This record gives sequence, C-alpha cells and structure tokens, in this order.
Amino acid sequence: MARLNVNPTRMVLTNLKRRLRTARRGHKLLKDKRDELMKKFLDIVRENRKEREIVEKLLMDVHSRFILARALMSSEMLEEALMFPKQKVSLKTSTRNIMSVDVPVLEFTTEGSGEEDIFPYGFANTSGELDGAIQALSEALPHMLRLAELEKSAQLLADEIEKTRRRVNALEYVLIPNLEETIKYIVMKLDENERGNLTRLMKVKDMMLEQARQQRLQRDGLLQE
Amino acid sequence: MHKVGVIGERDSVLGFKAVGFDVYPVISREEASERLKELAENGYAVIYITEQFAAMIPEDVERFRFSRFPAIIPIPGSQGSLGIGMSSVKKSVEKAVGADILFNE
Repeated sequence: MARLNVNPTRMVLTNLKRRLRTARRGHKLLKDKRDELMKKFLDIVRENRKEREIVEKLLMDVHSRFILARALMSSEMLEEALMFPKQKVSLKTSTRNIMSVDVPVLEFTTEGSGEEDIFPYGFANTSGELDGAIQALSEALPHMLRLAELEKSAQLLADEIEKTRRRVNALEYVLIPNLEETIKYIVMKLDENERGNLTRLMKVKDMMLEQARQQRLQRDGLLQE
Repeated sequence: MHKVGVIGERDSVLGFKAVGFDVYPVISREEASERLKELAENGYAVIYITEQFAAMIPEDVERFRFSRFPAIIPIPGSQGSLGIGMSSVKKSVEKAVGADILFNE
C-alpha cells in the first residue's frame, strides 16, 4: 500500500493518529448502516417480488377479459363506453425515511361516485365481459400502486446500498491501510532518529571524557616538572 | 396532487381509463419516449408503461431509476408478460447484494 507523502514529525503523527481513529469509527458506522439497509432492502424486495407476481397475474386476467369484451363489441362502441371515466385517481405522495433514504409513500384517493358504481357507461350497449374487466381492474388498482411504491423503494435502496458499500470498501481497503502504514513509517523514522541521537550523545560523551583525561594528564605532567 | 399515467398500445391501456388513470396510447417508439418525458416533467408520480414499449426505450426508463419521482413501472401488455418487470426487480437485487439471491431457483 502506498504511504502518504508527509513529513515524519511528531505533529504529523498525532494528526494521522486522529485521522485513523475517525476513519475507523466512520468505517464501523458505515458498515452498520450497510447491514441495516440490506436487511430493509431484502424485506422490501421480497414483498416487491410477491406484489409483482400478483399484479402480473391480475393484469393478464384483465387483459383476457378485455379481449373477450372486444370480441363481443365493436371497437368504436368500446371506446365510446370508456370515453368519460366516472372515477378519477389522484395520488398524495409523501416520503418515508428508511436509514436516511427517502422512499415514496403513495396514498391514492378515488374521486367518483362511489365504490360500487365505477362503470362509466350504460349497460344497454355494452357486454357483460367489459363489466368484468373493469371490475377486475379496479381490484388490481391498489396492488398496482403498492407495486409502484415498493419497486421505487427497492431501486432507491439498492442505489444507496451500492454507494455505502463503496464507501465502506474505500475506507477498509485504501484509507485505513494507508494511514496505518504511514503511522508505522513515522514511528520507525522517529525511533531511528532517537537512536541516532543517543549514539551521537554517547560518542560526544566519550570524546569529552577523553579530552578531560588528556587535560588532566597534561596538568599532572606540568605539576611533576 | 399527483396523477397516474399509463403509456402503451391502445388495446392494452384503454381499460385503465375506466378506473381513473390518465391513458396515453402510443404507437411508435419515438412517441412513447416523448410521451414518457412529457409525463415525467408534468407532475406524474407513477407512470405505468407496457413491457412492449418499456423494452423499446430502456434508456428512457432507466433515466428515472434513481430519482424519487416519477416511478416508472413496467406492466404486462395485452400480448403477455415479457418478464421485464421481474428482471428490473432482479437488477435491483444484483446491484445491492452483488449476486442474485432471490431468483436463483
């Protein structure tokens, strides 16, 4: 791993140690975040899958009913029957916070003449199959909206998980090893300096002792003369 | 208040009108792509698009994948399911987990 380009001084060492502590803490927090996100995501995605299966089944049923209705009615007739819908769906959207990811919450309200009367046409010119199709479709409606909510949530969470995982990995495999290596380098360098200093001092002490001895010898010699 | 839109071939989407969705029948790839953009900009929170058309304009569908709204949801058209909707769920799983752990039966 690459060492950071820093001066091997005590101050830098303190700073790096502080950074390492922060990085370790951040790493732990992000890892926890990732795990929790994953748990939430798997719950949602399982439900998403179930809901999609339901919706696809319901819609295929609706389509086959429609095909029957179309076979029994002329397409102009059909179109005319559906031209002015009685019911109107409007959505109230809000967001829910899952581990700081904002996921949509959809509440739908239907404006119309009431639950039982959704057929926008008179029964005289239409076939019964169309009634069945519309009925089935209105039953599929809540599932479809739930599916939209879940699918979007799953996509957003997946994105967030990927981001978090990248961050965790960057900390784990790049930043923290780099910091550790740099700290080790600085400690070694400082120790080396310390040892160098020590030997120099010992050497100087030796030299001074030698000098003192010489001086004393000289003085003794002078006294003897 | 947000609205719900449906894009697809006329035969598949007509029925949605009766339950109160805004229906936009399209016939060509270009039209679908344009319509999708238009709806996305005009406050639609959920846009259902039939898989037949979703398959034609994957990059337009993909563009809104990570914005909170609109949610673009592929639904089976009258010609049956192409499995695109499921594969988008699968894609989310692969992205998040790194491997497909839900659909490997």
